[in-house]
Formats: sequence, C-alpha cells, structure tokens
Amino acid sequence: MAVIRDVMPAFELFQPATVDETLGLLERYGADAWIMAGGLDSFDWLKDRIKRPAVVVDLSQMMDLRGVRDVGGGLEIGALTTLTDLVRHPAVQQRFGLLAQAAELVASPQIRHQGTIGGNVSQDTRCWYYRSGWSCYRAGGNICYADSPTAVNREHAILGASRCVAVSPSDTAPALIALGAEFVLRSRGGERVVAAEDYFVGPDINITQMTVRRPDELLTTIRVPDRFAGAQFYFEKIRDRQVWDFPLVNVASAMTLSGETIQEIRLAVGAVAARPLRLTAVELAVAGKTRNEQTAAMAGELAVDGAVPLRHNSYKILLMQNLVKRAIRGGPMQGEGG
Amino acid sequence: MTEDRLKNASRRQFIKGVIAAGAVVSSSAYLFRSIPLSGQPTAAGSVERLMTLNVNGQQRRVDVMRQETLAMTLRYKLGLTGTKIGCDRSECGACTVLIDDVPRYSCSVLTHSVRGRRIVTIEGLAAGDGTLHPVQQAVVDEQGFQCAFCMPGFVMATVGYLKSNPSPTREELAHAVSGNLCRCQDYNKILTAMMRGAELMRRA
Repeated sequence: MAVIRDVMPAFELFQPATVDETLGLLERYGADAWIMAGGLDSFDWLKDRIKRPAVVVDLSQMMDLRGVRDVGGGLEIGALTTLTDLVRHPAVQQRFGLLAQAAELVASPQIRHQGTIGGNVSQDTRCWYYRSGWSCYRAGGNICYADSPTAVNREHAILGASRCVAVSPSDTAPALIALGAEFVLRSRGGERVVAAEDYFVGPDINITQMTVRRPDELLTTIRVPDRFAGAQFYFEKIRDRQVWDFPLVNVASAMTLSGETIQEIRLAVGAVAARPLRLTAVELAVAGKTRNEQTAAMAGELAVDGAVPLRHNSYKILLMQNLVKRAIRGGPMQGEGG
Repeated sequence: MTEDRLKNASRRQFIKGVIAAGAVVSSSAYLFRSIPLSGQPTAAGSVERLMTLNVNGQQRRVDVMRQETLAMTLRYKLGLTGTKIGCDRSECGACTVLIDDVPRYSCSVLTHSVRGRRIVTIEGLAAGDGTLHPVQQAVVDEQGFQCAFCMPGFVMATVGYLKSNPSPTREELAHAVSGNLCRCQDYNKILTAMMRGAELMRRA
C-alpha cells in the first residue's frame, strides 16, 4: 500500500488534564473516542486512514498517571509512564529487572522516550492484512487473509488461533504476566482490577479486541506485587532486526529457587498467539523439580504441545520451544547461539 | 512584497513559499471537513487552534490543525525545513527533534501536545554568530555523511543523548542513535563523526 505523506484527516481533539476529565469524555463519546497515549500505535492507523475516529482523546497533558511508586516492596506504575522512565527507574532495575529488560528491548530509543507502558500493553496487533485495512474477521469482515493458501504469515500465530491468526506484539506484557502484575481499569462507574494475563483476550472470546478494556474505561495503573522482587528472571526477544522490530517470539520468566530446586515459577510467551500466553501447564510441571537440562527440555516440549503452524511459521514452534528451555535453564547452553 | 525584495528573493525562499501554498491547498479538504461533534468548544480538555510554540528559544505564534504533527508544523508552518520527513511512520528517525532535551520523532507527535515544551531543531543548534554546535562541527571535520538526508535526525539524537551521557563509548553511542536509519549505510563514518562531536563538546 502506498504510504500517504500528508496531514491526517480531521478529528476533534481533547487533551484532558485529569483522569476524571478523561473518563467524562470516554463516557460521552464511547466507542467514537480514540485514546492516544504515546501515539506510536495510533498514528499508523490514523495516517493510513484505516481508522477514522471522530474524537481523539490525547493523554499527553495528563501528569498524574506518570511515574513509578514504590509501594511496600511492590510497584505502582502509572499507565502513562514512558518505557524510558521505566527502564531507568532504580526500583525497576534493582528488583524487577525482568520488566526493565523487556521495556529496553522495545522498538527504538525515540519510541521508548515517548511510548508508554499502558500503550505498550494495550496496542493493537501488527498483522499487516488487518493493518492495511483489509476487511478481515478482526476488522468486522468474514475472512482471514493471513490464513489463506497464498498468505504471507511468517509472523502469525501458532497457538490459540480462532479464525484470526494475529499475534500480540507487546514485549512488556509477558514480563508483567510473569511478575504477577495487576491492571487497574477505571470508568465513571468505578474501578476494576484484572490480573495481567486476564487483561488480554483471544479471538475465540472477542475477535475485534486485544484486551478486555471497555470503551468507557481507562487503564490507569499497573501494580506489580513484591512476590517476585529480586527473583531469578529471564527475558529474551527474537526479532529480525535489533531495533524497531516486534518480536517473532519473546519469553519472560520469574522463578524462585531453593538450592537448585524450582520453588515457584511464572512463565509467559508473546507473539505466538493473539494474547500473550501464560504457560500454566509448564509452571506446574517444573515446580518442585531440579533446575537442569532435563527439566528445561521437558518444559520446552510441553510448552509447544498443541501448536499448529501456518504455511510459513513452523519455525516459531522450535523457536518457542528453545526459548522456554532457556527461560527454565537461565540462558543458552554452551555452544548454542546467543 | 516590493519589487526590490522580489529581486532578492532566493530560490530557497521561493521553494518554501510554494511548499507552504501547496500544503494549504492539499490540506484544505481536511480543514473544511465538518465535524458534527465540535459544537462544544468549552468542554473540558478542548483545544484552541491558535497556539504558541517554544521553538529554538523563540516563542512562535502559529495556527495548528488538531491533527497536525510537529514535523508538519515545523516544516510547513514555521519554515524549519532542516527537520526531514522520511517515512512519516516512526521508522527512520529523519524527523528527530529535541522536546525538553529528549530526542523524539516529530512525525509522531501532535503539535498540540507539546504546547509549552522546549523544542529544539537542527536550526537551533548553532550559536547566534553562526558558530556551529560541536556535533555539527564534527560532521564537517569528519565528513560523516554521504547524502545527509538523515543527518539532522542523527545530530539531534546524538545531541540529546550526550546531555545524559557526555562520554559515551562507541557502542553506547551506536545504541543511542539506533533509532535513526541511513540509507547510504554510512554508519561507521557517522559514528566516527558523532564520537568526535562528543569529544569536541567535552573540550568546549
């Protein structure tokens, strides 16, 4: 598709200064309102004229959802905290290095200076058929262009596909799931808190949404409990280029050890399904086991159980298997590529 | 415009004039597209089009469409064409400017979102007497670029980074400018020039 270099089509712009003002706007305009945080996901949609919202609610002037607070050993992260601020925050670096690692690997420096944690977890999928404006299932049509005989689907799903085969592009989402984070959603009607893994939704439940956020809700805060503070972390992101690119597969794990025995572990994988997947079966299987090559191999095999490749993405199965192995083992084997 | 000034008008100014006129014509469809929801200008968080931007130390009054990006405003409203638009999609870095000393892609910033913030473009680096900024001087000394379309972006990304780390290693600096692409693939010489810029800044 030709890239349009022009001003975007007009929209009404609101720049609320407080959460209450924002919630009022969301209540008034509902699904007509487009929430813009850092804007890195939004601008593609708007510039390409694929989405034409009448109202944009730009959160750039809202200062009260920025920054990280240390709360009893855990963290309260304002949803508008930039990825750079997250990476540089001492508490994030020292106790929740998993999140710092994940955020540091997002896109490019300029994007991290602007992109927010709330936006990173709430962003839409990058399936190019969908993003190019094809009227696929996700866009309200009745076909998946990425799962047709001639489709180019190297980056698409191997798990959890249901008509749509798009994947979750977020790097911070698996890290937050592994840390057991909670997301706070506010609306005029009140507040609800959802576990990180329950914030995301697959096409079997809702094919047009990536998250459970309702149009009248705003993701305000991400709470990271102290449960895995200072635990053993592993994060790895595989992508084609070392800058800008979204993950082909990423993995995040947090575990506590007693000697060499795995006590407690949480493990999540991104970019293999429409939602970042918490691998509960693997967690249960490795808990109480000795952390060694055998356990890691078993975890890798179990992780990809039931994976179904598309025409061009069977490599993702082996990639995911190996990344889960590394996440359990804590890194590549001697002589294995880094 | 008097006849005298017409004679002296440079080619560059003429081109800028044509660009500005073209921008107005091509955007008029958007300007006049009616929006049914704009009936309540006093609603909380609503936006006035006329605004003041702090660009390169000057307060510039400018009429900005709500959907306008900072790159568009800088180039086509304020005539600061040193900021380049390459991809217009946050994927190349040519439009990098400093906003409160932080390098950002101006193609992906709504102008209305940086009201009251300090914006510095490549035009704002040199001193009033024309003395180049050390990083610019280093580009001249090292002949760091080939076509140089990406240069303003690289220079702004470097200047921004050096504010937080004045003595980077070559690897650190490479990471700092990793959000900028050079289609001439001249990265090695660019890095040499940027490293030299850092050195000149430390000496200054």
